Amino acid sequence: MIVVENVKKSFGTKEVLHNINITFEKGKVNLVIGRSGSGKTVLMKCLIGLLSPTSGAIYYDNKDFHHMSFGDQKKLRMDMGVVFQGSALFDSLTIEENVMFPLNMLTNQSQQEKLDRVNHCLQRVDLINTNQLYPSELSGGMKKRAAIARAIAINPKYLFCDEPNSGLDPKTSLIIDELITGITHEYNMTTVVNTHDLNSVITIGETIAFIKDGTLEWHGTKDQVLVSDNESLNDFIYAQPITQMIRPHVK
Amino acid sequence: MIYSFLEHLGNYFIFLRRVFSRPEKWSEFFKKMIDEMYAMGVGSLIIVMIVSTAMGSVITLQTSLQVESSWIPSWTIGFTVRTSVIMELCPTIISLLLVGNLGSRITAEIGSMRVTEQIDALEVMGINPASYLVLPKILASFIVNPALILISIFFALFGGYLTVLATGYISVYDYVDGLTSFFRMYDVWYALTKTVIFGFIITSVAAFYGYKIEGGALELGKANTQGVVVASFFVLILNLLITNIMLN
Repeated sequence: MIVVENVKKSFGTKEVLHNINITFEKGKVNLVIGRSGSGKTVLMKCLIGLLSPTSGAIYYDNKDFHHMSFGDQKKLRMDMGVVFQGSALFDSLTIEENVMFPLNMLTNQSQQEKLDRVNHCLQRVDLINTNQLYPSELSGGMKKRAAIARAIAINPKYLFCDEPNSGLDPKTSLIIDELITGITHEYNMTTVVNTHDLNSVITIGETIAFIKDGTLEWHGTKDQVLVSDNESLNDFIYAQPITQMIRPHVK
Repeated sequence: MIYSFLEHLGNYFIFLRRVFSRPEKWSEFFKKMIDEMYAMGVGSLIIVMIVSTAMGSVITLQTSLQVESSWIPSWTIGFTVRTSVIMELCPTIISLLLVGNLGSRITAEIGSMRVTEQIDALEVMGINPASYLVLPKILASFIVNPALILISIFFALFGGYLTVLATGYISVYDYVDGLTSFFRMYDVWYALTKTVIFGFIITSVAAFYGYKIEGGALELGKANTQGVVVASFFVLILNLLITNIMLN
């Protein structure tokens, strides 16, 4: 479980996160939704330790990440898997080497053990026979799956995905969503997904936090998101013509 | 402007502090260092050979044309070529060439890793990206750059030999006699010392400019240019300082 408590983040004089309080539950896919520039990515960067909050605390199973020693932070980072928006696979390494990278750097497993783990992870994300390919030889969806395979290689307790569906077609987006949900339940991870993909919102959002202009505007589940009275949330959810068409039926 | 310079310098030293920290895993570090040595050496060898041969040829030709007096012995040409090639031309000109060749490659590589979040990916894995990416490059340059300069010296002198052979301004015997006359090993040590220091400047400055990129492709291009300009500037300044310290 991850608890975000009174987190504020400023860049110079500009405050982009205002007193955020959210709990991301274990074994669930926790979505953070909001418009571009609302502060989702800044919050994600605070969660994974790329940015430090100006004030407030982030607790990983009751351990305050930003106030622990460097060594403890490093240990905790080994429990985190991150899927970046652009996949962030290492260009110069093959897919096999990419997935094996955290195992090489962070574990003392034998080559055979590492190879078995890599093949298991690639199989789990349905990327068989891609071991010797380079990231540039894969499609966008395959890159995302390879990034997920790398993220789960060291068996993390926490999985973070920053806009995993951006730039993907609707069908591939569904596959990625199913994969994230499946992995979360299978490994009982705490998963946090930044998205503005409405399909993801209504299919995989076991808990949903809606952020507007750096403020937590609404918090609920996928069953509540379509019937909420929150005006800002409705503006976001029913912004597209297709969702506007289904709105009367939802009500 | 002075404030901006000092800010850059401060950030550069903070960056170096991160670079010179213990690698996460020595086996991976040495593997990466060998890869870097190969990339640096193979990537620059051909251009170094071509430029050095041409440079040696031109210097020999120019010196031959200047020294036409019968009062000056013919071996002076070989002596002058050797001294200028070992002490200045190869270490400095080839290092400036490497700033453009090697330095821009490093800035582009690390900068594109920054832009595509690959450096962030390393950071969240608990790996120090500065040390993992840059330290092997710096240490590889300590070995590869002197080797390239020794090769460069050989090809520059060989270029001079070819010119002497082709033009016949002086005899080959006089040229070789000049190359070996009053030879001081200290000159080679001086050249290699400069090269090691220049190698450090080239790799660390180029990596720094790539590492600190914020934004996209436009910033990557700017950082590349800035890296080359700043590294060239420091190579020239340090050249002056080292010469003053080692030869005075």
